Order: sequence, then C-alpha cells, then structure tokens
Amino acid sequence: MFNYNFRWNQALNSLPQMLEGALVTIEIALLSMLIGIAVAILLTVFRLSGNRILSAIATTWVEIARNTPALFQIYMVHFGLGGFGIHLSPFLSLLIGIAFNNAGYLAENFRGALKAIPDTQARAARSLGMSAGKAFRHVVMPQMLRISFLPMTNQMVWAILMTSLGAVVAMNTDLYGVTSELNARTFRTFELFAIAAVIFYVITKAITLSARVLAARLFRY
Amino acid sequence: MFDTALNANDLIFLAKGAGMTLVVTAISVFFGTVLGIVFGVFRYQVGPWWAAPLTFVLDVFRSIPLLIQLVLANAFVTTVLGIRISGFTVACGVLSLYTAAYCAEIVRGGIESVPLTLRRAARSLGLSWRQDMTNIVMPLATRVALPSWIGLALGVMKDSALVYIVQVVELLKSTQILITRLQEPLFLLMVCGAFYFLISFPIARFGGYLEKRWSHD
Repeated sequence: MFNYNFRWNQALNSLPQMLEGALVTIEIALLSMLIGIAVAILLTVFRLSGNRILSAIATTWVEIARNTPALFQIYMVHFGLGGFGIHLSPFLSLLIGIAFNNAGYLAENFRGALKAIPDTQARAARSLGMSAGKAFRHVVMPQMLRISFLPMTNQMVWAILMTSLGAVVAMNTDLYGVTSELNARTFRTFELFAIAAVIFYVITKAITLSARVLAARLFRY
Repeated sequence: MFDTALNANDLIFLAKGAGMTLVVTAISVFFGTVLGIVFGVFRYQVGPWWAAPLTFVLDVFRSIPLLIQLVLANAFVTTVLGIRISGFTVACGVLSLYTAAYCAEIVRGGIESVPLTLRRAARSLGLSWRQDMTNIVMPLATRVALPSWIGLALGVMKDSALVYIVQVVELLKSTQILITRLQEPLFLLMVCGAFYFLISFPIARFGGYLEKRWSHD
C-alpha cells in the first residue's frame, strides 16, 4: 500500500526554520488582533453615535468583512490597492487584510455584547454627571469587552489560521510561507505540511487554553 | 476605470468559476451536513468519554488552516497512496469533513437545547428512541441550529476560495487568471467581490431574521 518512503529526518531538520516562521505567524495574528479590536471599538462607537454617515461606514465595513472571503480581502489589499499605486509589502498586506477581517467580525460581536448590557447603566452613568464618552469608556466598554472575551479568543484562533492565506500575496516568512518554500526545495510535501499542521494545532490549543486560564483569573467575582 | 478590456468570453470564464464555487460549496455542505448530523448525534448519544477520539479528530479539523488540510490531503492521496484523483474530489472531500467538524458542534448544541424532561415525557408516552428523535428533538433542535447552520454554509462558500491550491479553478482563481492577462486588478476584484457579497449578504440577513424571529417563543 505504501510505496512511499517517508523521510521525516529531512523534514525535521528544517524544524528551527519552521518555528521561526511560527513566531512570525503569532506576531501577525497578535498585531492584527490588537488593530482589529481597536478598529472594532471605533466602529461600535460609530454605530452608537447616531450619525448617519458614520454608522453607514461602520455597517459597510462589517458587511464587507463578513460577506466576502478573507482570501479575497487580503488579495484586495495587496493587488487592489496596487491599482491605486499603493504597493504594500506582503507582510503589511497580510496584516491589514486580517485586521480588516477581524475588525468586522469583532464589531458584530461587540454589538451582540452591547445588547446584554442594560441601558439603565449608561443612563445611570450619565445622570452621575459623566459625559457620553466617559460613560462609554468607563461603564459600557469594560463590560462589553468582558462579555465578548470568548468570541475574541475564537477570533484570535481564526487570525492564526488566516495567516496561512499569506500564500496568495507571496508571503514567505510566516509558518505557511516557510513551509511551502521548503517544499519547493525538497518536495517532501506530506512530511513538511504534517509538521506545520502539528505546529498550528499546538499554537491554537495553547491560545484556547491560556485564554481559559486568563478568563478564570480576570473574571472571577 | 470602467472602460475595460473584458469581453464576453472572459465573462463566461468568470461565470464558470462562479459555478465551480457554487458546485464545490453545494457538494461539501450536503455531505458535510449529513456527516455532521451523524457525528453530532453520535457524540451526544455515547457521552464525552466514548466520543473522545471523534471529538479530537473533529477538533483537529477546526484547529488547522484549511489550506494546509487541502495540501496535506492532496499529498497524502496522490503521492503517499499513489491514487490518481482529481483536485476537485480532494477539495470536496476535505471541505466536507471540514464542514462536518463544525456541523457536528452545531447539531450537538441543537440537541442539547431540547429540555431533557420533554424527551423523557415523550419516551414515557411510549415513543421509541427513533420516534423521539424525529418527532420531538428534530423540530425543536432545528429551530436552534438552523441560523448557525446558515452561517456555516456561507462560511464554507467563502472558504471554498482556498481550493485553488489543489488546482480547482473557482471564482477567485479565475479572477486571478484574468488579472494576470488583462492587468485590471481593481475592476476584476470588485466584480469577484460583488459576486460573493450578493450571494452571502441576503442569505446572512435571512439567517439573522430567522434567529430573531425564532428566539421569541
């Protein structure tokens, strides 16, 4: 059945390079997550502002991010902006593409979380003399972030998985890029990608577990 | 920007790509849902201990990038097993399992949402396990699960953009091919994005509507 010689040694020799790639992957995912959260909060404020133009911007962003493939979004950042004469490096294109996607999904999560926070709280804060901005920052936002902690963890896992889409913009320093470059040189496709798969699995598990520990420490009453 | 070198043949080429996206999605969602229901019911029925191996495998499908799953499956089938098989089959197989992994979770959630007392009442009225499943659990679980299932189906449609890696020319890949030839990235990408959006957006809205309407009673 197996006429195939597995050469795990050869593939394992390139493990250090792949682990370096894994670091880049984590870096991109973390950065894209930070940018994504910041933008998502901004979009949520836009939606709450009652200004028609601002909330239209937020809605458009969220709907595009949620209704087109992430691959398309990254492609659009790299080649679409190229049409305007803006040429970004693969790293930046990937980062911006994933951050765009994250922001859209997170803004929707935040909206769901806001529904769980009673209006009376914001009103009570206002009647205590806080400005609208202060009431949002000190009363509503912390609760919103707490409620959407689990969806945020999921989005972080998604961000890790999405870094593999850098392939489409010739990204070659993240885990997927490194693996496919090694593959182009050695043709040990199965072995190399199996190792990459294991690394991805370990990273995502580490994130979910540490998020669980973090949640238990942060959110105990 | 809008005076384009795109001609009728190119449009047909794009339409073929779009058709491929829809075909791959339809096949994967169909088989993925059937498998997902089987896995979900199995997991609920045998309890967490006996279902642990299945849970682990399904979890792996959700923790590894789809792109790597596709490359691995393709390499495994064609070089390790040495079977000659089309990229289309590999793509549908992997996407089906990927769908099943998520669907099993949705199905399990749906079944768990049915109050146990209701099912016990049904069983004590003399309904068999099967009758209980089809007449009591299924209608109630569907209400809970359908909105998430719609979301999953749309997710699979968007993720099907990745099957280009096993030489399946779907919408995004055909757009890419045209871009290399016509050098009009912005216009072509907008056409491609509009297609995804026009399919995904109304269905997503419908799913949201169902969710809102069914959560009231």
